[in-house]
Amino acid sequence: MNRFAWLLDRLAYEPRRNAKLALIADYLRTTPDPDRGLALAAMTGGLVFQNAKPGLIRALIAERTDPVLFALSYDYVGDLSETVALMWPARHGANAAPHLPDVVSGLRNSGKTDLPRLIASWLDALDETGRWALLKLITGALRIGVSSRLAKTAAASLGDVEPDEIEQVWHGLEPPYEPLFAWLEGRGPRPAATDPAPFRPAMLSHPIEEGDFDKLVPAEFQAEWKWDGIRVQAVSGTRADGARITRLYSRTGEDIGASFPDVTEALVLDGALDGELLVRRENAVQSFNTLQQRLNRKSVTGKMLAEYPAHIRAYDLLVDGEEDIRDLPLVERRKRLVAFVARLSSAVVDLSPPIAFSDWEELAAARADPEASGAGVDAEAVEGCMIKRLDSPYLPGRPKGYWYKWKRDARLVDCVLMYAQRGHGKRSSFYSDFTFGVWRTTEEGEELVPVGKAYFGFTDEELLELDRFVRRNTLNRFGPVREVTHEAGKGLVLEVAFEGLQRSTRHKSGLAMRFPRISRIRWDKPPREADRIEALETLLPGQG
Amino acid sequence: MRPSELLIPTPAGLYCPLADIHIDPVRPVGRALITHGHSDHARAGHGAVLATRETLAIMALRYGEGFTQSRQEAVPGAMTSIGPVDIRFVPAGHVLGSAQIVVESKGLRIVVSGDYKRERDPTCAGFEPVSCDVFITEATFGLPVFRHPPADAEIAKLLESVRLFPERTHIVGAYSLGKAQRVMALIREAGYERPIYIHGALETLTEFYASEGAPVGETRLVSASDRKALAGEIVICPPSSIQDLWARKFPDPVTAFASGWMRIRARARQRGVELPLIVSDHADWGDLQATIRETGAGEIWVTHGEADALVHWCGTVGLSAKPLHLVGYGDEGEAESTGEAADATQL
Repeated sequence: MNRFAWLLDRLAYEPRRNAKLALIADYLRTTPDPDRGLALAAMTGGLVFQNAKPGLIRALIAERTDPVLFALSYDYVGDLSETVALMWPARHGANAAPHLPDVVSGLRNSGKTDLPRLIASWLDALDETGRWALLKLITGALRIGVSSRLAKTAAASLGDVEPDEIEQVWHGLEPPYEPLFAWLEGRGPRPAATDPAPFRPAMLSHPIEEGDFDKLVPAEFQAEWKWDGIRVQAVSGTRADGARITRLYSRTGEDIGASFPDVTEALVLDGALDGELLVRRENAVQSFNTLQQRLNRKSVTGKMLAEYPAHIRAYDLLVDGEEDIRDLPLVERRKRLVAFVARLSSAVVDLSPPIAFSDWEELAAARADPEASGAGVDAEAVEGCMIKRLDSPYLPGRPKGYWYKWKRDARLVDCVLMYAQRGHGKRSSFYSDFTFGVWRTTEEGEELVPVGKAYFGFTDEELLELDRFVRRNTLNRFGPVREVTHEAGKGLVLEVAFEGLQRSTRHKSGLAMRFPRISRIRWDKPPREADRIEALETLLPGQG
Repeated sequence: MRPSELLIPTPAGLYCPLADIHIDPVRPVGRALITHGHSDHARAGHGAVLATRETLAIMALRYGEGFTQSRQEAVPGAMTSIGPVDIRFVPAGHVLGSAQIVVESKGLRIVVSGDYKRERDPTCAGFEPVSCDVFITEATFGLPVFRHPPADAEIAKLLESVRLFPERTHIVGAYSLGKAQRVMALIREAGYERPIYIHGALETLTEFYASEGAPVGETRLVSASDRKALAGEIVICPPSSIQDLWARKFPDPVTAFASGWMRIRARARQRGVELPLIVSDHADWGDLQATIRETGAGEIWVTHGEADALVHWCGTVGLSAKPLHLVGYGDEGEAESTGEAADATQL
């Protein structure tokens, strides 16, 4: 456990990708089985413990600390595992630190009644770093800046194989992956790729820059709408015994299929589709706000399936039947895709239509008005265009020169900072969640009404200035929330950028912003010159 | 007399009407008592300043001799009377010259601790607890998550890393007054004998510390050296410089930062720190509690930092406590992890 804790600790502080790879590879090379396989499983999200849950950790710490002090500490640190690791009262004379395999089997095999005592005894025996690593393992989210892909890339470097090859055999393997290491180290055969529906790394795009258009020939490209949903890879295949295996992967390779049975059951042909997951109701694609109702749900109710029916809008085909067609040019893959979707003949899978254009000016006009340029009733879910080279193969990662995204220009509005709260994760312990408002007229006169909340968009340096402003201008404290000075002549104006606006009954202002972020801090601007609610209302769909 | 008649929190800082003095005022006042030389506590422009010899010297080094119209040296332990009020400076263990200020009148004794720590520090006099009726404490690290490990173990981490990576320069961010010199002294205690390289912003204060007998050993200015040739060496600089272009011109630098904030992982990551060193010049949670109990005070006022948790804890052990929410402290040094921009440019 100590060595694993040491690895996680080093990774958490290491910002450089290559150094992370070196650390993981070195650990895997020098650590015996089964420890290294379990560590690899932890980093790839392959360890799930049924009975060990964050609630159990909370209960353990609640027995040992003052609840107010715990709440204040958690608010400050912004991470449950770390807060508990730091606050856990030291116990002298505890047993020796546990070994990783013992911890994993203990977490797997112990029942709900035994677990608390077991975990407490480990926490007693470990130091701060060990406690933190153990709690990260239990709560399942390591958050050390290591993706599943990065861990597999490090493992691949033990042998002379490409990370993609690990991806191909991965789903047939179980922790602690002894056959995988044997293969990588030349001591055994390549594990059989028993998974008929593996993940293939997604191809990503670059934002287009102003100068790019001069260099790009319109006839060499196709354009599609950029849909404001979730990028998914829908893969279906037939196992040796004839059973159909279907998976819905997120862009990073997590299987989210369990949340979307309405989509997975429609995928009845062998193949791998690349597309956007959307909610489609009454023949119109809904906004991202609506899609959010279906995200991060462990179980799906029939009511949800009926109210928020999921849909895949397909734009690429990676595998057609058994044939991997990623090396074919996009224009060929597109033909295969059209035929595949037609064969599938499903109400929940359709094609992302191409945008007709002959030069970049025409495309710019379409991007400015998707509704009149082919997107029709779906225009609300368009967040710009994708521009793809017709001859592009399907390459993993973000290769240069093939795919571009041309996002819709963000809307900007000047708001006044009203409340602030400490953030979590990267921003923890600083006041970094900002609620801001705009002016409106009421019977009592002019007042600020909150219109949104943002916690990014600023630089680290600006964060320090914002944090200081909050602490110096606090009017009131409501638990973790601080109200800051916001008067016509005194306060802070924030230029907020956002992607879209919806009516909302949950907010006092009746508006909800999509993807708001702080684009500039207007230290120069007095709050009275911030925008008014009417300026926002003109931006609502159907208002102009 | 009620405590609130002897000392009053005002926007300028703590004020004693009976003696017409402010303690650590954040704006110019007629007569100021200064606990220590950090720029948020020791500001220029007062009419008269009463402080320890070292604090007066540090203020003169930072602001020039004209930092105040008149000055008076407070000898630690000695009593000074200002009107009906007796004043005494007692070592606080925070940085060189740092003192608690004991304010006493008609049998009521209030101790203003300023910033303080209980851990050993080879560069300054140690904290001396003073029994009192009201103890005014800081709470920079006033949360139970802050338990500082022994400083020598953190320095051992640094030296171990230097041994492991002889081809890389170790750049240690440390506040220019106190922390930097303490880190140097601790490195010497661990047996490290090579020259320690310092950023120009640390020069004046490090020389002052050395002249006061702090065991910092041989220091050399980075600006007088070829940065490319400093592989395997230790460089100490203000925290604001660790992410500067300045720091990148060393051979494959390892970024370290010596601060109590390094206890929180996100704080280290936010600054791109690879080697966090938890070395603090403030009392940690346990030492805040122990100190409050040692003073025997029945009433605790909390000046700045994480006041809420400390005030809550006082309540659970039957002590009356309140936050003063004094604004303006924490602009230099650890009292706020973010204020060193001024630190770097001041000298």
